[in-house]
Amino acid sequence: MPRPRPTADPAVITLEVNGERCAVAFAPHKTLLEVLREDLDLTGTKHGCELGECGTCTVLLDDAPVLSCLVLGLACDGRRVRTVEGMAEGARLHPLQETFADLGAAQCGYCTPGFLLTAQALLDANPRPTRDEIKAALAGNLCRCTGYLKIYEAVELAAARLRGEDAEPARETLYGRR
Amino acid sequence: MLRLPTFTYLAPRSLAQALRGKTEAGPGGMYVAGGTDLYPNMKRRHQEPAVVISLAGIRALRRPPTIRRSGDPAGGGMRLSAGLTLTELHTHRRVRRLYPVVARGAELISTPPLRNMGTLGGNLCLDTRCNYYNQSYEWRKAIDFCMKKDGAICWVAPSSPRCWAVQSSDLAPVMVALDARLVLAGPAGERVVPAARFYHNDGINYLTKQPDEILTAVELPAPGGWDATYLKLRRRGSFDFPVLGVAAWVRWDGDRVAEARIVLGGVASHPQEVPEAGAAMLGSRLEADALEAAASAAFRPSKPMDNTDFTLSWRKEMTRTYVRRALEELRDRHR
Amino acid sequence: MDGGKRAGGRPGGSAVGDHAPAHPPTRPTVGGEGLRVVGAPLRKVDAVAKVTGRTRFADDLALPRMLWCKLLRSPHAHARVRRVETSRAEELDGVAAVLTGAALPMPFGILPVSQDEHALAPDRVRFIGDAVAAVAAATEEIATAALELIEVEYEPLPVIADPEAAIAPTDTPLHDYGDAGNLHKLIHLQFGDVDAGFAAAEHVREDLYFYEGNTHLAMEQHAALADWSPDGKLTLWSSTQTPHYVHRALAKVLELPPSRIRVIATPNGGGFGGKSDPFNHEIVVAKLAMVTGRPVKIALTREEVFYCHRGRHPTLMWVKSGVTADGRLTALHFRTLLDGGGYGSYGVASTYYTGALQTVTYRVDRYRFEGARAFTNKAPCGPKRGHGTPQPRFALEVQLDKIAEDLGVDPAELRLRHLVPPASVTANWLRIGSMGLGRCIQQVVTASGWATRHARRRPGWGLGLACSSYISGAGLPIYWNDMPHSGVQLKLDRGGGVTVFCGSTDIGQGSDSILATIVAEVLGVAVADIAVVTADTDLTPVDLGSYSSRVTLMSGNAALQAAERAREILTTVVAAKLAVPAARLVCAAGRLFDAENPELGLAFADAVQLAEAKMGTVGTVGSYTPPRSPGRYRGAGVGPSPAYSYSAAVAEVEVDPETGIVVVPKIWIAHDVGQCINPVTVVGQVEGSVYMGLGEALMEEMAYRPARRLLHRIPSMLEYKSPTTLEMCDVETYLIEDPDPSGPFGAKEVGQGPLLPVPPAVANAVYAAVGVRIDEVPITPDKVLKALRQQARGGPGRTGPERFPDIPWPEPTVVPTPWEGGDGRAAGGADRSAGQRTAVGSVTPERQH
Ligand SMILES: Cc1cc2nc3c(=O)[nH]c(=O)nc-3n(C[C@H](O)[C@H](O)[C@H](O)COP(=O)(O)OP(=O)(O)OC[C@H]3O[C@@H](n4cnc5c(N)ncnc54)[C@H](O)[C@@H]3O)c2cc1C
Ligand code: SF4
Ligand code: FES
Ligand code: FES
Repeated sequence: MPRPRPTADPAVITLEVNGERCAVAFAPHKTLLEVLREDLDLTGTKHGCELGECGTCTVLLDDAPVLSCLVLGLACDGRRVRTVEGMAEGARLHPLQETFADLGAAQCGYCTPGFLLTAQALLDANPRPTRDEIKAALAGNLCRCTGYLKIYEAVELAAARLRGEDAEPARETLYGRR
Repeated sequence: MLRLPTFTYLAPRSLAQALRGKTEAGPGGMYVAGGTDLYPNMKRRHQEPAVVISLAGIRALRRPPTIRRSGDPAGGGMRLSAGLTLTELHTHRRVRRLYPVVARGAELISTPPLRNMGTLGGNLCLDTRCNYYNQSYEWRKAIDFCMKKDGAICWVAPSSPRCWAVQSSDLAPVMVALDARLVLAGPAGERVVPAARFYHNDGINYLTKQPDEILTAVELPAPGGWDATYLKLRRRGSFDFPVLGVAAWVRWDGDRVAEARIVLGGVASHPQEVPEAGAAMLGSRLEADALEAAASAAFRPSKPMDNTDFTLSWRKEMTRTYVRRALEELRDRHR
Repeated sequence: MDGGKRAGGRPGGSAVGDHAPAHPPTRPTVGGEGLRVVGAPLRKVDAVAKVTGRTRFADDLALPRMLWCKLLRSPHAHARVRRVETSRAEELDGVAAVLTGAALPMPFGILPVSQDEHALAPDRVRFIGDAVAAVAAATEEIATAALELIEVEYEPLPVIADPEAAIAPTDTPLHDYGDAGNLHKLIHLQFGDVDAGFAAAEHVREDLYFYEGNTHLAMEQHAALADWSPDGKLTLWSSTQTPHYVHRALAKVLELPPSRIRVIATPNGGGFGGKSDPFNHEIVVAKLAMVTGRPVKIALTREEVFYCHRGRHPTLMWVKSGVTADGRLTALHFRTLLDGGGYGSYGVASTYYTGALQTVTYRVDRYRFEGARAFTNKAPCGPKRGHGTPQPRFALEVQLDKIAEDLGVDPAELRLRHLVPPASVTANWLRIGSMGLGRCIQQVVTASGWATRHARRRPGWGLGLACSSYISGAGLPIYWNDMPHSGVQLKLDRGGGVTVFCGSTDIGQGSDSILATIVAEVLGVAVADIAVVTADTDLTPVDLGSYSSRVTLMSGNAALQAAERAREILTTVVAAKLAVPAARLVCAAGRLFDAENPELGLAFADAVQLAEAKMGTVGTVGSYTPPRSPGRYRGAGVGPSPAYSYSAAVAEVEVDPETGIVVVPKIWIAHDVGQCINPVTVVGQVEGSVYMGLGEALMEEMAYRPARRLLHRIPSMLEYKSPTTLEMCDVETYLIEDPDPSGPFGAKEVGQGPLLPVPPAVANAVYAAVGVRIDEVPITPDKVLKALRQQARGGPGRTGPERFPDIPWPEPTVVPTPWEGGDGRAAGGADRSAGQRTAVGSVTPERQH
């Protein structure tokens, strides 16, 4: 079973990444994950298995969270991709980024881009998710550091702020219980 | 990083183009829909198509669910295009209302992002699974491979002439229990097969579909007079494939069972209907002893092999419990 | 209670009252009032980089002309490597170099006593996944294809599948060293007259327990990038927790002066102990960079990470405990048998750890420990969160639950009665500092409603309690040396910025932020004015690494010292300028000012400029060496720590009696962290530990396929079961602050300890719910159902190991306890201080290269 080497000519597609249209050339067997990281230098998208089993590589494709390790780059021609690099508006962080940073929802930060984008899609569709809805929406992203709790709290806080509420983190969230 | 092997990628816009592409590619051609089964398999070199033919750009496979009138020659009911994603399926209002068992089956699959990608058609054509097979090329090489790919023997049942890889789709047992009809398009035209006849109890040749046929749609029977449910056993509430799936379908005649089907997933290479279990309930009100009789009847032929998560004796044991619980649910809902 | 920045001293009525808690002597900076940034829930210094995707993890790095490396791994669990033929691979277009074991003959290993690994196996492979050859090629695809072209001729050898098999005498031991055949390490320690202790007991229990192996499963797969410059300098970026040890291993194996090697630990995408060894792939890419003159990167697949492993040792345990009627442990006897896998790794230390910390929670009068580690043909085990202590902790806490029931005492009460006093020395000569376990227990007991709810159980529902303790850094280094364990340099800039240089590695636990916070606190500047440079062997003074929960305490103390020295310089020059006594000067809010006349002062930047004008460039250093431990016997090197953290947990479980499925809705946990440097990160560590403990309790296991070549059954994210959002329980986290005199501002560890009580608390709760004992983890539904069936048939209702094999234990090292008049040395004095010099008793003390 000697594996084939990439011999094919590079493919060229045009897609919109983080609001900017761009053309990119890459070996045609590459997944979106590889194209983003290796051909567009967007290394914010991480990977933990490349088999669809961890959720780390989640990006938004036409606004829906998908696993970039199982999407062919070629299948993205003409489509819209959002990665963690495109979450902030200019120099202003997305409210989810603010709350993830403030509440310690990113420990090692490796799973964080995937969680942020999944959460963003959730809040775009459902501005007032319950805790159970948050758990269900994030059930395809694994995190080994946080135990998810700070992530839920960060999503809830960001949701409140996105609704225009003047919300602050709970005291136990910041200080623990005493 | 695990990467795909090289291949030629085709993105046809119509069924005819897709079929032509497959004809030209010959045995080295494979269809792909969401790719959530095919691409992991290609990365582990289970499947090594030289040509990958994407069905994602074919409009005809992506039509929203439609209700057929009862006067329709195909009978009343709903038609689900094969290219619908699992998310589209389980969030669709009418599917949820008229076929909650389909919505539930779809919602229990994999994870939210995977459901945004994976399709109904891909789910029904899902490759069978086995702990000796769903491994990297290097891992499989260390056991000298197995019969399903690159090897000669089955490590699960070494004296067996066949492969026992497990039917692991959640919707397959549901469709068999509902007696849904699958619409296939091939070079010679269209044909319709009952879901039960779409599958073979063989880990390698698990589909009766010809390799060049495309599953275009699923026709669900008209709602009314029957009820069905699906229970799934797995380690975690997300990600995991079923190690046991129980689809139970009952047609009521007043407060009595007029017809019933129990279909087991995850314990054989096909969705396994247990006719004895259905028969055991006939005429009953699903009272305790009828449930027990059906559960025992399902337990007996349930023969999981040691090739998934959990111990096989426990999985077999759970057949009884899960069948009983599925029927309890149907009974309680009917009251 | 006080929800503010820090809880005050000990509240009255503590359960430790029995032992009249001596207030720890405080030094000026320990737990002082009026802390500004210490104890505040600040954003971590790298938080924004992490939420914007800017953090560069190892695999995010790429250099021009970079080659990709892949390793060829053994398909045999145990075999001689007869021949490796690489010519066909070398000829493949795009391949730059192929290496075999012959290129890297020098062995290495994390412990000086087990230098038993090779970067590429020269003559023997010891587990499936052991590396035999390496390729560097233009793309990862080509490198992968080239592996297929390498031919290796193996001669299979008998496979040792489990520790029992390792006990049998053998002609082909896995290694040419060890204590007996394939038994890598045998330990026998006896503290006090244990027989007399059992004779004094009013109740004696013997039980067997098993803790299955599991792995770290950090989300980031290991990756490394090496660059060799023609001027003879090598740079390695790697996702490692221990750049210093990698530095040493590279120097040894590559036979280069350490001064020509620079190791940079990239931020780790999770470590949990899995990135604490020097790894073959790090050495291989370095060598390939030297051979090809081009940068070489390797990014392991998830499956390969399972082969790196170094995770929790599967451990069989036999426990005999003797208690008085009120539950005091008059004697404890522990036997452990660890399945070590194919190499030594930290295994000798792990084995000692399975016997070290039993004594630091509840008073144990006399104690005997027999520990054995076996070599088997599996991926090597090593340190995972809690290193060697979750296994015995599980056994001890379940055992105590059984004893409480035997004696008719409430399990919480039993524990509260016999807490180890603070500022005391244990039977095995560990010196305890602050000890907040009593408060932890009371907190979780109150919060969970234990008193009323534990007794009033309903079928299928139960509460279980367990406690634990963990070290805040190991008291001794891994290799023999007299130098500090952590060093910090500070550079004060004219502009008012301060740069902290430290060898410590941020693996997500927030160690960079700890450094910044402590320095900001002492110098009175904002955390934002501090730059942190860490984990770079060219730029930063040595810190031993992010393991054994040592970083906050050790690098924190080093930072504290460096900052205090800087403050000293600044106050001296400012005092002279303003003509106020230096002692009256306060550093706060970016100024140095007179405490009695706050108007009178200088901006921090002006103070730095003044100092620079007077004395030249302003920089200081600080370092930390742990205090000497009172234990002087061989083996005393493992267990001592400057401070011990304490935790108590109550788990709530629901058990489905028809399926055996266990669900954990909630865990209450209290953790004595001494002092929070940053409470958000402390809570995060507690919650993350509970998460990992829950996974170990219910589902995680490194499972091997015994039948066919001893293969890892499930080396994937899908089949190695890590809890998702849907399995994770609710957690109520209580922080107890019992400042320890050894910690910076009184801080103790939090990264590992809170994992430990979770598995036994869950096991005890399962018993409370359905009356069966699952004496092993993971507690899977089939085990619960089996025990329930057995119970229904009138059996004991237990699933767990049935026997402990006979092991040729050596004669004990007998050490009298402190209360028997001992002096910390073994009776007979045969091995004075032998085990004292390193954590694991180095046989050939290896000095700096
Ligand atoms: C981590 C993980 C967890 C998963 N968990 C589950 C689970 O719990 N339950 C479950 O059922 N599945 C699970 N899956 C499998 C898979 O995601 C789903 O079954 C999905 O629905 C497959 O659809 P797809 O469109 O992605 O299939 P693809 O990968 O595109 O195709 C799968 C197969 O079907 C063929 N095919 C696809 N569409 C057609 C068509 N219209 N006509 C003819 N042939 C076709 C392809 O040639 C291929 O052989 C999981 C997958 C992963 C990676
Ligand atoms: S059932 Fe047997 S032949 Fe089939 S995949 Fe598993 S091991 Fe291979
Ligand atoms: S990398 Fe794990 S799901 Fe894509
Ligand atoms: S923060 Fe480390 S994996 Fe989630």
